[in-house]
Amino acid sequence: MSFFKKLKEKFSGDETKQETQSDKYKEGLSKTRSSFSGKINDLVARYRKVDEDFFEDLEEILISADVGVATVMDLIDELKMEVKRRNIKDSKEVKEVISEKLVDIYYGEEAEDVEQLNLNQNGLSVILFVGVNGVGKTTTIGKMAHQLKEEGKKVVMAAGDTFRAGAIEQLDVWGERVGVEVIKHNAGSDPAAVIFDGIQAARSRGADVLLCDTAGRLQNKVNLMNELSKVKKVISREIPEAPHEVLLVLDATTGQNAMSQAKTFSEATDVSGIVLTKLDGTAKGGIVLAIRNEMSIPVKYVGLGEKVTDLQAFDAHAFVYGLFADMMEEDTP
Amino acid sequence: MAFEGLADRLQGTIQRIKGKGKVTEQDVKEMTREVRLALLEADVNFKVVKDFVKRIRERAIGQEVMESLTPGQQVIKVVRDELTELMGGEQSKIAVADRPPTVIMMVGLQGAGKTTTTGKLANLLRKKYNRNPMLVAADVYRPAAINQLETLGKQLNMPVFSLGTEANPVDIANQAIEKAKEDHQDYVIIDTAGRLHVDNDLMDELQQIKANVQPDEIFLVVDAMTGQDAVNVAESFNEQLEVSGVVLTKLDGDTRGGAALSIKAVTDKPIKFAGMGEKLDELEAFHPERMASRILGMGDVLSLIEKAQDTVDENKAKELEEKMRSATFTFDDFLEQMGQVRNMGPLEDIIGMLPGANKMKGLKNVQFDEKQLSHVEAIIQSMTKQERQDPSIMNASRKKRIAKGSGRNVSEVNRLLKQFEEMKKMMKQMSNMPKGKKGKGMKFPFM
Repeated sequence: MSFFKKLKEKFSGDETKQETQSDKYKEGLSKTRSSFSGKINDLVARYRKVDEDFFEDLEEILISADVGVATVMDLIDELKMEVKRRNIKDSKEVKEVISEKLVDIYYGEEAEDVEQLNLNQNGLSVILFVGVNGVGKTTTIGKMAHQLKEEGKKVVMAAGDTFRAGAIEQLDVWGERVGVEVIKHNAGSDPAAVIFDGIQAARSRGADVLLCDTAGRLQNKVNLMNELSKVKKVISREIPEAPHEVLLVLDATTGQNAMSQAKTFSEATDVSGIVLTKLDGTAKGGIVLAIRNEMSIPVKYVGLGEKVTDLQAFDAHAFVYGLFADMMEEDTP
Repeated sequence: MAFEGLADRLQGTIQRIKGKGKVTEQDVKEMTREVRLALLEADVNFKVVKDFVKRIRERAIGQEVMESLTPGQQVIKVVRDELTELMGGEQSKIAVADRPPTVIMMVGLQGAGKTTTTGKLANLLRKKYNRNPMLVAADVYRPAAINQLETLGKQLNMPVFSLGTEANPVDIANQAIEKAKEDHQDYVIIDTAGRLHVDNDLMDELQQIKANVQPDEIFLVVDAMTGQDAVNVAESFNEQLEVSGVVLTKLDGDTRGGAALSIKAVTDKPIKFAGMGEKLDELEAFHPERMASRILGMGDVLSLIEKAQDTVDENKAKELEEKMRSATFTFDDFLEQMGQVRNMGPLEDIIGMLPGANKMKGLKNVQFDEKQLSHVEAIIQSMTKQERQDPSIMNASRKKRIAKGSGRNVSEVNRLLKQFEEMKKMMKQMSNMPKGKKGKGMKFPFM
């Protein structure tokens, strides 16, 4: 069965909930999609033959989606081999191979439920948010608190960003907005101490989930990364199996530096998942492909807009569907 | 350090081509391929890369290189020239309105660093240009954005104008300017909310503010880590608002910062300032030609000298030199010198500015532990005056006392003493050299 048909089935056959979710993706990714697969369609239309020029152009399309030079090179090499093996001459046939390969990178060998949030079903779950400055950590926490609360969970937030001006107040506003308690200290205090208090408070309130904010930091600042390791250590000391998730928040507009972020933050805090924010712009966030490929860190959530409900659990099928929707519609008569 | 990877990448190819007496077309092809990859890995937009590589190829196989006596060197010069050209001339000047206040609008995507940059820019205006800026909190959307600007205003002791989150940003801007006129503030910096360049409603709002306040400058604030999308963002903001300059933020990270090149190339707007750290005085004028040198690993000696001039007392430096020559250099001098170096900023930044430093074994990617320096300081500070002047009196019990006093162990004290002796020996050798031949003997291995 062709790749597109499989995807199509996945979306048309299932219940309505999935429909609406894929609509959201479609909406949020509409710009991404039209530019990305539009370009591939252009490419396919322009070239009758599959030759060096074709691959060079394809390379540029992928690079312009921030997929990353190394990954693109690998992908192109594999494609060339595949084309040779299957003796493909027509550029239309290549289109399918391209998407198959991209999906390969997304799914890899792993099970498809890697996107699920790992939560402690009976007892407190601690989620630590890390990332560079300005990626949207605090906003993501606010949105996630809302969602978890909607699911009937008792949530507490800890204002661990004691450095940036106004960060504590920002989380406070979110706390009021979604009706969740915020544990905070004064600006400039020790973030590890705030998180420690957060854990104590969450315990005594019988909370299900504790969301820990941290200050944004550039990954090459050794001292600040050490501070983050300390925060994680404090959490693990209080609850041995915690933090249950360490989520690296990545800005979709970030280029190749996202790989460096993933690597360094993983070294410091053992990142378990990615939240890809600001995907509602024209940026494609293609670097998550490379990150998934090289470090097998899955994307767990995506930010598709500014509304509280615009944080969506990541669904690789839906993501790919969004990217290739144009091609799929064209594919079925 | 920013751009490090790009410098590394280019250096390998440059080394290969540098010594060549004859540069073939094949050599040029090989080099341009490396340059292309290096720039793409650095997030330079692929279209910009294409043009850039084409220009280099044309010039490199052109006459100026082929007929030159040192074609290898000439090729490097071409790359460097083109890179500098691509980044544009230096333009860190800020407009001054004929009739005050001068109005500056800060625009950009969410999380680029507009609010922080607003604070930094105000600080720079006051420190460097003796101006009295007023900050305007026009970001009514992000929770606590106003609060953030007010906190910065408090830290800087500067007025912040706000009307809360219920007001219309256009009204806020208008009233702010009236207020600035009343209070005789000569600069008004408007911090607007972050927005996507494709969000028509919010872009309209910016256009309205622009039409109302007629700003003298519109700065587009861009995260230096931005990828290929930088071009779309910059083009779109520029088309809709006609920005006057760009501020690059988070350049102190390890990004290669190719966005800088792309933005300049597509908008032709100058990059005026660069954010180099989290503190409020860490906004610097952007120097394109220095940055080009840095990318090519040629060092940034100019910045280093300027930094030294800013922080080092010249008389003291002379005194120190005299002491070095006469080998009467003591631990007190050592401590003072260390303090001066530390005043210049993080050590890795300073090392990064040295020519060839990133080629030196051991220095590459070294993270200098500032703590180590504090330990050395503590050890010296635990010495008596006599010990600092004359370390030869040191014995086991003195060392033990020093170790205890500084919270380090005796072996660390020993190591420092040994290093100090070696340093003194080296100084003696240097000052014994005949003056005329000085240059030869003192040449650093990497120069």
